[in-house]
Amino acid sequence: MSDGQIKVAYWPGCVSRGFTTELHGSMAIAAQKLGIELVELDRANCCGAGVIAEHNQELADTLNARTFALAQQTGLSMMNICSTCQGAQSECQQRLDADSSYRAHINEVLSGQGLAYEKGKDGFTNKNFLWLLVEDYGLDRLAEKVTRPLSGLRVGPFYGCYVVRPKERLGYDEFPDRDIYLEKVIEVLGGEVVEYDGARKCCGFPVITMNRETSLRQAGTHVGDALDAGADCLVTPCPLCHLNLDMQQPDAAKIVNRDLGLAVLHLPQLVSLALGASPKELGMSKHIASTKWVEERLAAVPA
Amino acid sequence: MANYTLKVRRYQPESGEGAYWEEFKVDLDPSLSVLDGLLQAKDRDDGSLSVRCSCRAAICGSCGMKINGQSGLGCKTQVGEAQEQANKMKLATGATAAEASSPIGAQAPESQHKVRAAGQEEAGEGTTATTTETVSPIVIEPMGNMPVIKDLITDMESTHWTKIRRVTPWLLPHGEAPEREYVVEPESMIDITQSMACIQCGACVSSCLSMEADPEFIGPAALAKAYRFVGDPRDAETKERLHDLAHDPHGIYDCTHCFSCIDACPKGVAPMDQIMRLRRKAGEEGIVDDPNNGHSHEQAFVKIIEKKGTLDEALLIQESYAPGAKGKLKPTKGAIKGLVESLPTVLRAIKSGKARSLSKLVPGIHPKLPGGAQGEVQAIYKHAEEHREEFNLYIKGEDEDFVEPEPDEMTEETMTAEAAAAAESEEAQS
Repeated sequence: MSDGQIKVAYWPGCVSRGFTTELHGSMAIAAQKLGIELVELDRANCCGAGVIAEHNQELADTLNARTFALAQQTGLSMMNICSTCQGAQSECQQRLDADSSYRAHINEVLSGQGLAYEKGKDGFTNKNFLWLLVEDYGLDRLAEKVTRPLSGLRVGPFYGCYVVRPKERLGYDEFPDRDIYLEKVIEVLGGEVVEYDGARKCCGFPVITMNRETSLRQAGTHVGDALDAGADCLVTPCPLCHLNLDMQQPDAAKIVNRDLGLAVLHLPQLVSLALGASPKELGMSKHIASTKWVEERLAAVPA
Repeated sequence: MANYTLKVRRYQPESGEGAYWEEFKVDLDPSLSVLDGLLQAKDRDDGSLSVRCSCRAAICGSCGMKINGQSGLGCKTQVGEAQEQANKMKLATGATAAEASSPIGAQAPESQHKVRAAGQEEAGEGTTATTTETVSPIVIEPMGNMPVIKDLITDMESTHWTKIRRVTPWLLPHGEAPEREYVVEPESMIDITQSMACIQCGACVSSCLSMEADPEFIGPAALAKAYRFVGDPRDAETKERLHDLAHDPHGIYDCTHCFSCIDACPKGVAPMDQIMRLRRKAGEEGIVDDPNNGHSHEQAFVKIIEKKGTLDEALLIQESYAPGAKGKLKPTKGAIKGLVESLPTVLRAIKSGKARSLSKLVPGIHPKLPGGAQGEVQAIYKHAEEHREEFNLYIKGEDEDFVEPEPDEMTEETMTAEAAAAAESEEAQS
């Protein structure tokens, strides 16, 4: 934890610039309010989301080694805003870090592009915004920035599998509390944590085109459980979870045969709300599940 | 020695009543196991407390259970660690794992919530831990995704063994059987050692989030077992096995990639990794027309990144269901169904302003990476598609974690090296 300026090589991922542009915009606002400088990696490629690794492991490893190498060129550590990017990239990084000859083999291909991934260069790390916020920015510093505490707002955390499992790969030895960071952040922002069954379960997105019913049953069940526990909204550090929990929510409601209608916020949106940003500039009108209730709850509490 | 409270989800079918929670106070060393704690409660407080166990050393696979919501073996989880986990979750969420993870709390009236006081009488004396921090009970439940027979004993037949038998878990060699044993190169068996490490405890099945939503899913244990035979050089029906598993709508393409089974497995089998290898092998064997569109989804994803560098979501949906020209000219029933089902989603995306720009709506006009970067991605594809190297950490392990020492900082290795050099020079001198 430092008081100094934080500057990171920023990988926004595909979905934050595709179907959830409000996430990309909100991250820019959150960064500006927090004083985090983002150097966007606009030449970097998709992490493969586990799908490319399922097709050809070496291909996924090389593509992500390229992204790490591009980040290392900036001399900065890397930050992402997608649990899936985090998990897919950590998987490749684990293999690359495990074996120097395998790393050399992968770097051979990158050398033609003037790139190389070096293990641990300048203390290189790749962290989801959630991890960076707690571990590097610091919750005390975040608390000082809060101008509109989310008093009375009941928030259900939704992590996304790729930042909670497998523990051994995702740095839980060093940071054992990574699976309760969302709760910590919600509390620091002045909100109330809602505990429900689905917080660390799967949103179902990876099988949305392969087994639509299973996928939507997962999403619908978690949203329903959060509603039953009294949540005003969910918050997630993963845009793919957002697609299934928010964009697919009306279809998920049909599968689980009940009314849903629960706002799902991206993590930078929740943070920015507490830092004084307006729902409009955070793109909350682009959500499928209405965020109106959240806005009303916040308006009812004096800033 | 320290005191622990084990909060056990109990079910006694002969009582005619539903499941209920019961707390047991136990007193044991933190390094002992949760199973040791349960056996102490059974021994001292209630002989009817039922749990399956045998070896107590993570070999027999009998004592699968959920501890603080996490599936694993009772004998492989230290009670001290389980206590730390319970405290951590209580502090973060204000709820015990059980309150959060099981609807039973709502069903069971307070009167059914029993507390065994036997151990409490000694509380406050000698060995009692003088902790002032939050102490939460360690929550113990029977395995998930399985019917409960009694207390922590589940019926593994319907969801575990039936599914194991489903994947034909024996060798199918062709031709005359050799007079003596089959002779294979040891190297050719290394690939399947990870899936052979399975002890059939069912922890992965208990944790499976796909099975939770789709009970028909073949599941992690059985699919890991399937890989054990798909990868076996003596088996002659590899392609038939892969075809069977890909064409079952609840087969390899029904896994939701949640990693739960990887964390649950006490033996490092990583069932999800084996499922991904089955998918990879099925693709390599040219098994393409599965009913889940699993293979076409993978192909579409891989090709889009080769062409565009980042994901074109509209194109992914279209190509997953109706790949290539053939898929569009002669779409299958499933393709039409899939495309029609995703229409409302797309329409909602347009209406809300999520996908108002053309590049997000019309498949294929998504921009490439800027300034030559796309060429770099394509060069990577060219190389990697030729090599297709697979790096299995379970087999290869991590190489020496060599950290470049600071100029005046000694690592263990440099010290040993220096000590060795010093010893050598001493030897030379004498």
